[in-house]
Amino acid sequence: MDFEDTPEEARFRKEVREWLRQNKPQDWRSRFNDYVQDIEVCKAWQKKKADAGWSCMMWPKEFGCRGATPLEQIIWNQEEGDIAELSTPFIIGHGMAGQTIITHGTESQKKRFLPPLISGEEVWCQLFSEPSAGSDLAGLRTKAVRDGDEWVVTGQKIWTSLAHIADFGILVTRTDTSVPKHRGLTYFILDMKSPGVEVRPIKQASGASDFNEVFLTDVRIPDSNRLDEVGRGWQVAMTTLMNERLSVGAAFPTNVEDILDLANQVHLETGLAVDDAAVRSDIADWYVKASGLKYGGFRTLSALSRGQAPGPEASITKLVLGTGRQDLANFAMDLMDQAGIVSDGDLAPLGGDFQKIFMRSIGNRLEGGTDEILRNIIAERVLGLPQDIRVDKDVAFSEIPTGTA
Amino acid sequence: MNFEFSEDQQMLRDMARKFLSEQCPMPRVRQVFEGEQHHDAELWNAIAEMGWLGTAVEERFGGVGMGYLELCVIAEEMGRHMAPVPFSSSVYLAIEGIKSAGSDEQKSRLLPQLTSGEVIGALAVSEGVGPVDASDVLSLKDGKLSGTKWPVLDGESADILLVLAREDAGQSLFIVETKSDGLTKSSLASLDPSRSQSRFDFDNVSAERLGAPGAGSHLIERLYDRAAVLFAFEQLGSAQVTLEIGVEHAKNRYAFGRPIGSFQAIKNKLADMFVLTELARSNCYYGAWALSNDAPELGVAAANARVSATQTAYQCVKESLQIHGGMGFTWEANCHLYYRRAKLLSLAIGGERVWKNKLIDRLQVERNSTSKDESDRAAA
Repeated sequence: MDFEDTPEEARFRKEVREWLRQNKPQDWRSRFNDYVQDIEVCKAWQKKKADAGWSCMMWPKEFGCRGATPLEQIIWNQEEGDIAELSTPFIIGHGMAGQTIITHGTESQKKRFLPPLISGEEVWCQLFSEPSAGSDLAGLRTKAVRDGDEWVVTGQKIWTSLAHIADFGILVTRTDTSVPKHRGLTYFILDMKSPGVEVRPIKQASGASDFNEVFLTDVRIPDSNRLDEVGRGWQVAMTTLMNERLSVGAAFPTNVEDILDLANQVHLETGLAVDDAAVRSDIADWYVKASGLKYGGFRTLSALSRGQAPGPEASITKLVLGTGRQDLANFAMDLMDQAGIVSDGDLAPLGGDFQKIFMRSIGNRLEGGTDEILRNIIAERVLGLPQDIRVDKDVAFSEIPTGTA
Repeated sequence: MNFEFSEDQQMLRDMARKFLSEQCPMPRVRQVFEGEQHHDAELWNAIAEMGWLGTAVEERFGGVGMGYLELCVIAEEMGRHMAPVPFSSSVYLAIEGIKSAGSDEQKSRLLPQLTSGEVIGALAVSEGVGPVDASDVLSLKDGKLSGTKWPVLDGESADILLVLAREDAGQSLFIVETKSDGLTKSSLASLDPSRSQSRFDFDNVSAERLGAPGAGSHLIERLYDRAAVLFAFEQLGSAQVTLEIGVEHAKNRYAFGRPIGSFQAIKNKLADMFVLTELARSNCYYGAWALSNDAPELGVAAANARVSATQTAYQCVKESLQIHGGMGFTWEANCHLYYRRAKLLSLAIGGERVWKNKLIDRLQVERNSTSKDESDRAAA
């Protein structure tokens, strides 16, 4: 048992370091504020990586990629460091759309869409969730009707990151309401510049706007942009979501150092917070969970290093971090006592990070699979428990009852 | 990255699991639990013959000369099968205590007897309700020990005790034979009678010194840290098996016309138990790494593994009982045996509160030394 690279891994790491040393722009921070305003900075770095084969490096060589192992991808991630922030606009394209096109696309679709997706010249978004279809994605209502060689699409999508800068979107629609819900879906590639596509930012409960709503009104999509067969949209969407679960997960810090910092700053009636028995107990509770995630990550790497497929770790990580960080922020603000409510970055400890987490973590427990859905996935796919009874399973979509909320 | 047990170690686990499934099924545990014997002597001898008692003991002292990683693997299986034998007392505490504090002569004399299983050792530290402290420790006067120790885990089976006592130099460790003159043993009723608990009254009892005078509390702290990793693996085995029987029951028990495992209330419980078990497993592995490398991180790693495994074992067995419904609350069902054992494991060598405090203390030490390094660098 050790934490060392194998000789092959070490060789690969050296190659990555050498390339980054020669090619990573030292001044990127000064030229980058956010990915909307400075999308060209993002695209330039992405292109440079793609030309050298470091973009989407696990994909096959026929697409100009490396066919790298998952562990090599992780080594790259470790070495790339914080300039990875510039890759934010390509998350959907690389994490979800690309793999879906590789699995379900025709040769001409692959040829048209993959090269600019890999190089970052074209940005992608994901048009799945709707106001009345979140966890129950297969209940979506955006309608696509065939009209000759085209489809006419009308409906509303929500929680769409990157929609405002995206060139293309992966879109699931309902094409048949007379069959049970999973069988009446069809999957498309949507040109976001098409007439009838309107993108509006959502103001979240936290006050920030990380997501959009997308309204589709009589949008015309050529049939050549359909992925897989009519009515197979659910199967295609599953490919996308499996990849989403692999790419979501380690995206958030555990903030375990931050809570120790805070407990070393705050003075309670009894003295320094970190010396208070109740405070120590709560910190220890979170510390052991955070450590479990950290060392779980090492176990995952070891499994990958041995050529094993990744397990349910991503679901575990997201489940623990979502609710854990919310509770941690709640606890941290309680330590600050009456001042805990103040979010002013100049006054609040640690620049107001815990106040931000308190608000943002609401969404962390929902996005990319709610806590409840993740528990179901673990229970059914890992522990092998039987599925819940689904009353809408064999009913035509048009006959399924709807609520008022 | 190689943060996993090796193939040989995994083979050892498979072998240990097969051996204990055959030699230590639950009816056998129940025989000790409900019977008069203090431990399963036949199982003890079989385990000794397998060489497990000397897993992490050098060959020249009668061991098999493997290491702590192998001992962790075996510990998990001992926990999984609820083995009714004084393994943790004799191996993690007595053998480890003598390994770390004994003279060469003591090691040559005592370790072969302990690793062969003919002598059973136990640790006598606690003196009643609450953690032990300097003011109430049994004391040494004129070379003889007087005072009281309780509870002593596996005390009814023990031939020798490692005893923490007070003398002028501070706290020190001693070895005492349980048949010594002046030593009175009484068996204590406890929640898990598959492992005995005793009270020992010392009245001018002869004792053999183990380690330097005054080194006792330091030796115990180090001993507890190493034992904490091994206990954590036993607790992990216990958590894993209670999760598994909970899943099995949820698949096979029908209510309202379907398996109860199809209800989300049950699924969510089991998913949470699984998540906790995975986190505890990762923490235990880190503990195993620190233990086997005698790493400076052992203090944090041991406390981290211990707290994580203690919480997980309790959550898993508690919710597994709940999933079993009324049947789980009967004497005949095995659930309560796991519940009792989980509590025993979580209190031996100190409870959750104690280990949480150790964890935070050690994180603070780490933190202060890091910030000192930083200020040293800044000054330079």
